[in-house]
Amino acid sequence: MVAPITLNLALLLILLAAAGFIVYMVKQQKRIYAWSYRLLLAGFVLHTLYLGHQYYTLGVQPVIGMKASLSFFAWAIIGAYLVFHLKFKLMILGSFIAPLAACLMIISTTIPGGEVVVKPSFKSLWLTFHVAISFLGDGLFALAFIAAIMYLIQERQIKKKRLGSFYTRLPSLETLDTINHYSLMYGFPFLTIGMVMGAIYAQNTLGTYWQWDPKEVWSLITWLFYAALLHARIAVGWRGRRAAIMSIIAFLVLIFTFLGASLWLSDYHSFKNLEGGTGV
Amino acid sequence: MITILDIGMNHETAPVELRECIAREPENASLVLASMRELSSIREGLFLSTCNRVEALCVTEEPKEARESVIALLSRLGNVPEADFLSSLFDYKDREAIRHIYRVASSLDSMVVGEPQILGQIKDAYYEATREKTSGVILNRLLHRAFHVAKRVRTETGVSDAAVSISYAAVELAKKIFYDLEGKKVLLIGAGEMAELAATHLMSQGVSAIYVANRTFERAIQLAESFKGRPVSFEEIMTQILEVDIVISSTASTEFIILYDQVKGSMKKRRNRPLFFIDIAVPRDVEPRVNDLDNVYVYDIDDLKGVIEVNMAQRQQEAVKAERIVEEEVIKFEKWLKTLAVVPTIVSLKEKAEAIRKAEIKKSLAGLQELTPAQIKQMENLTVSITEKIINDPILVLKGKAGRSTRDNYIDIMRKLFKLDPDNGEGE
Repeated sequence: MVAPITLNLALLLILLAAAGFIVYMVKQQKRIYAWSYRLLLAGFVLHTLYLGHQYYTLGVQPVIGMKASLSFFAWAIIGAYLVFHLKFKLMILGSFIAPLAACLMIISTTIPGGEVVVKPSFKSLWLTFHVAISFLGDGLFALAFIAAIMYLIQERQIKKKRLGSFYTRLPSLETLDTINHYSLMYGFPFLTIGMVMGAIYAQNTLGTYWQWDPKEVWSLITWLFYAALLHARIAVGWRGRRAAIMSIIAFLVLIFTFLGASLWLSDYHSFKNLEGGTGV
Repeated sequence: MITILDIGMNHETAPVELRECIAREPENASLVLASMRELSSIREGLFLSTCNRVEALCVTEEPKEARESVIALLSRLGNVPEADFLSSLFDYKDREAIRHIYRVASSLDSMVVGEPQILGQIKDAYYEATREKTSGVILNRLLHRAFHVAKRVRTETGVSDAAVSISYAAVELAKKIFYDLEGKKVLLIGAGEMAELAATHLMSQGVSAIYVANRTFERAIQLAESFKGRPVSFEEIMTQILEVDIVISSTASTEFIILYDQVKGSMKKRRNRPLFFIDIAVPRDVEPRVNDLDNVYVYDIDDLKGVIEVNMAQRQQEAVKAERIVEEEVIKFEKWLKTLAVVPTIVSLKEKAEAIRKAEIKKSLAGLQELTPAQIKQMENLTVSITEKIINDPILVLKGKAGRSTRDNYIDIMRKLFKLDPDNGEGE
């Protein structure tokens, strides 16, 4: 009984934080920011407790099915933001991150839960790492995506010489570009390691590393997009607008892999199968 | 009855020639304060003199005399007959004076609303007044509140957010592109007041190096010296562009000096590090198409003027918010002033009670010689707490009435009941 209450409370706190962050963006008062940040932190802690509890009772990473995955994704995004906040202290970033995470969590609550079937094959440390690390990578990529959007808004204002209200509120181009850069730099190894672990898990349980199922293929495509972007950034010297647009595209591909490939292109990775229990 | 007066002139009420006359000498302030100290009608005084305003703020119990002496003082100061500037004076009293000083401190009364210098100037004037010992209880509090109001206005409104001068606007833009200007390099092409001002502002933001290019190399050396920069020849500009982050251009050239193709080529070599051109020259030095390149930003003089205009409009909006803050604080200060009016009565009541107690103790002790020191101490304590308890309620009532219109009646009754004014009470 306690677990759902914890989750709902976490959702409530994150929603309040998101609202606070938006008010902060308009009003620019530090006090509002400070409270929003505390609310977000409290929500994150509760969410973490909930996930820990789920992990303990289910014995597996609580990411079985779309509902749990979205919730976990939101957790990973907030986590990535909180870590980045330690370094960059960018208050306005919260105004973009918190609403995104709150949206994901709301969508997650509207999806009917159903009975979670935990198959014995799920109880593997490899799977736990595969899922956790992939999601942390996704969280970092979400951060890169948000920074890219903020960059494009700010860049457009400066280029077109129409300095609207976002101009004063958004941070400098260099800051946003740096956030985008580091999110990609740190996110990419997570994605890669996550995929490798998935392959090892597949080898252990299914006897083959790679099955060419749609989610695997799309994950590979996502990986290639990010690899190309990182290469362009580091080796070719891409920066600013181009890198921002590319990281938005790459994130959209990632979202498609996450939602599309899981929902419509059914195979053993899909949520339908995971929930229905016919897969794996 | 205590009155706060603020008499003077600013950029709105008086022409610059007149203000110049009176605000000429910087050491005037201490002279004025010294003469204020001599005047019996002025209890506390402060003198503020900047290029846009001259004003005397004073606390007095005889407003009429005080006003006359201040005007005479200003007349002597500027060597201008009173009749010549009387019409240019503003003359604020109490509430208006408090509001005025708050508005001045928050830069709402400035020619360029939101400019930051005025607060420093008021702080200096206040420092001067404390040094000359012309500020007392009321001005100390008033000025500290004024600094507080200025801080609130700065943090709670956008009045001082936006840059309203060309060179500030350029620096703000640079900060929005690069965030931290520390360690960035600047190339200054040509010379001119505005370009040099922009370079100076950038220097104060911590840019690490300034390169100066000029058609005549001698002039470049000269300018470089004043900025502690490095002179470069005009032909080197394109190689320097590979190194620097900000280019300020202000030459008299009739043709473009920096061309699209050149910059496009150098961006590759720069690995797309952002480049910001501030083109102050008329006609322009930088080909406008350069702005189309990724990671390159070109602002010419008209663009910068456009930025300033937008900022000005924004400030006007924010000023409304600031006026509300000022109004809030004026009301708070008035409330405090009113409590000040009951303070003398409370003080004399306490003094009278204490005097009675002391006299009675003295009488009693004279007849009780065998008491030990501990017993004497105890008696002291007993009498102190009795007198305190007796006068406590009347004091509370008086404090409670401090802000009401019936305050003066209560003060009057209190003074009569406790016979605090010996002369007045005799007839009854």
